[in-house]
Amino acid sequence: MADPKITLEQVLHVAKLARLSLSEEEAGQMQEQLDAILGYMEGLDELDVSEVPPTFHSIPMDAPMRPDVPERCSDRAETLAQAPASEAGGYAVPLVLEVDS
Amino acid sequence: MSGFPWQSAFEIREEVAAGSVSAVEVTRAYLARAEELNPALACFLTIDHEGALAAAAQVDRERAAGDELGPLAGVPVAVKDNLCTRGVRTTCASKILDEYIPPYDAHVVEALRASGAVILGKTNLDEFAMGSSNENSAFANVHNPWALDRAPGGSSGGSAAATAAGLAPLALGSDTGGSVRQPAAFCGITAIKPTYGRVSRYGLVAFASSLDQVGPMARSVREASRLLEVVAGHDRRDATSAERDRGNYDAACDRGVKGLRVGVVRDLLDGLQDADVRASIEAALGALEQQGATLVDVRLPHAKHAVSVYYLIATAEASSNLARFDGIRYGLRVPGKDLTETYTRTRAEGFGPEVRRRIMLGTYALSAGYYDAFYLKAQRVRTLIRRDYDTAFERCDVVCTPTTPTPAFALGEKTSDPLEMYLADIFTLPPSLAGLPAISTPSGLSTGGLPIGLQLVAAPFEEEALCSAAQAVEDQCGLLSRRPAALP
Repeated sequence: MADPKITLEQVLHVAKLARLSLSEEEAGQMQEQLDAILGYMEGLDELDVSEVPPTFHSIPMDAPMRPDVPERCSDRAETLAQAPASEAGGYAVPLVLEVDS
Repeated sequence: MSGFPWQSAFEIREEVAAGSVSAVEVTRAYLARAEELNPALACFLTIDHEGALAAAAQVDRERAAGDELGPLAGVPVAVKDNLCTRGVRTTCASKILDEYIPPYDAHVVEALRASGAVILGKTNLDEFAMGSSNENSAFANVHNPWALDRAPGGSSGGSAAATAAGLAPLALGSDTGGSVRQPAAFCGITAIKPTYGRVSRYGLVAFASSLDQVGPMARSVREASRLLEVVAGHDRRDATSAERDRGNYDAACDRGVKGLRVGVVRDLLDGLQDADVRASIEAALGALEQQGATLVDVRLPHAKHAVSVYYLIATAEASSNLARFDGIRYGLRVPGKDLTETYTRTRAEGFGPEVRRRIMLGTYALSAGYYDAFYLKAQRVRTLIRRDYDTAFERCDVVCTPTTPTPAFALGEKTSDPLEMYLADIFTLPPSLAGLPAISTPSGLSTGGLPIGLQLVAAPFEEEALCSAAQAVEDQCGLLSRRPAALP
């Protein structure tokens, strides 16, 4: 069997980068599926595109500027109503830093 | 109300404006039909009785007051559930946004409201618009009204099936790699993917920002054209919104195809495995020629790489866009022992398998050591695909292909093999990568009685040519007089 395009170890590394937890079974299946997809994508190797510029924007346009005028932003209560948890007019989040008192 | 539920948006508006029926009566009839058929079709994730009736009552009040009515006054519209609607649940068919209620309207939703349209509800889709069969919805599988065991296509499957089934004359979808065109082809309706920048993306939940466009869907070319006219135009809240006139698509439908040069990709047509699709497209080309169009041979030599290019670029952008779903500011939160575990558990439980797969693929393509080999390379091949079209448009005004290699496949047929599902997108991906406008319109039925879709692609901002050509196809090959076989 040919070398896999992506190993289980790489899958777990990418999952960590993407902040996704995968069970052992899910990681195995993900490895198989990504391997098949990346194998198909090897078809791009038949093209030499080293001299071809990339197209990041299909339709050329300039970044527009607008006058720097303050505007009313969204309603705080309406926006915070969508938060999983809020407190004192802000988002309530899990503890990020342990601080010695 | 004559012709319910198959009357056109134009007929509804005319009757409402003349006062022969009230907008509230029209809306009640469509809401009742949606409630009746939705258990079998699963087109709608939310049916908004209250909002729809309020919008209809407003139209009736304006009419009574003698105000000038908007271009879609009293016309029911179904809206894909990845377009934000203030005060109405917007889920993207994902568990992570199950209870999300946007505090604002998408630009296109504002435009609909301003036109007097009545938004009936929010339609089902593949989770975050990622899929080609609607089977990635976290909530329910949509069924194709032409054959209930067939996929409606995706990702705007709910909008397509609703329109085809007479649950609404018009619908909005979104298209990243074919998501309005492919379901339109499967369900026997018309859909337009506008030029990138033609329609504001403000309030469209982002999937792949360099590709996403909102697109109109309707049973007829003319109605889709009218809807495009309503939602198109500059909006400064989308930095990629083009500063262009919105266009006159409705009038373009009357222009005919005399002198229009239609590009035929011969090797691609000859390579079609499905004889019905091939025969249908050939017949439609004959119809165009008969009405005065000229057929010219063109080539798209790099189109075959579109699947690889698209599934690298779109997933890379998706992996970045979907980073915002972290359980902090909105949507689901699954608490963990620390912040990182809160992120990983929220995302693992909130996202379905296809969304996770695409985030993984995109993260991989962007990660250190692989960026040049995958992401950057895909962007370079994208240039070759774009250049193919530049060359083709030196010889023709529109390029014609099928929308899909086959008519609607069966539900469950491709779910076990993601790559197989991706490969079926081969015809809709190239114009998306090049930012070009494209339309899918029915060219007939297969021997099995399933709709076949024809795709036309034009140069940037040349949507009017698409409307003229598609109207000619509809006039001779369309399905307007046919009703989906699986409907009660």
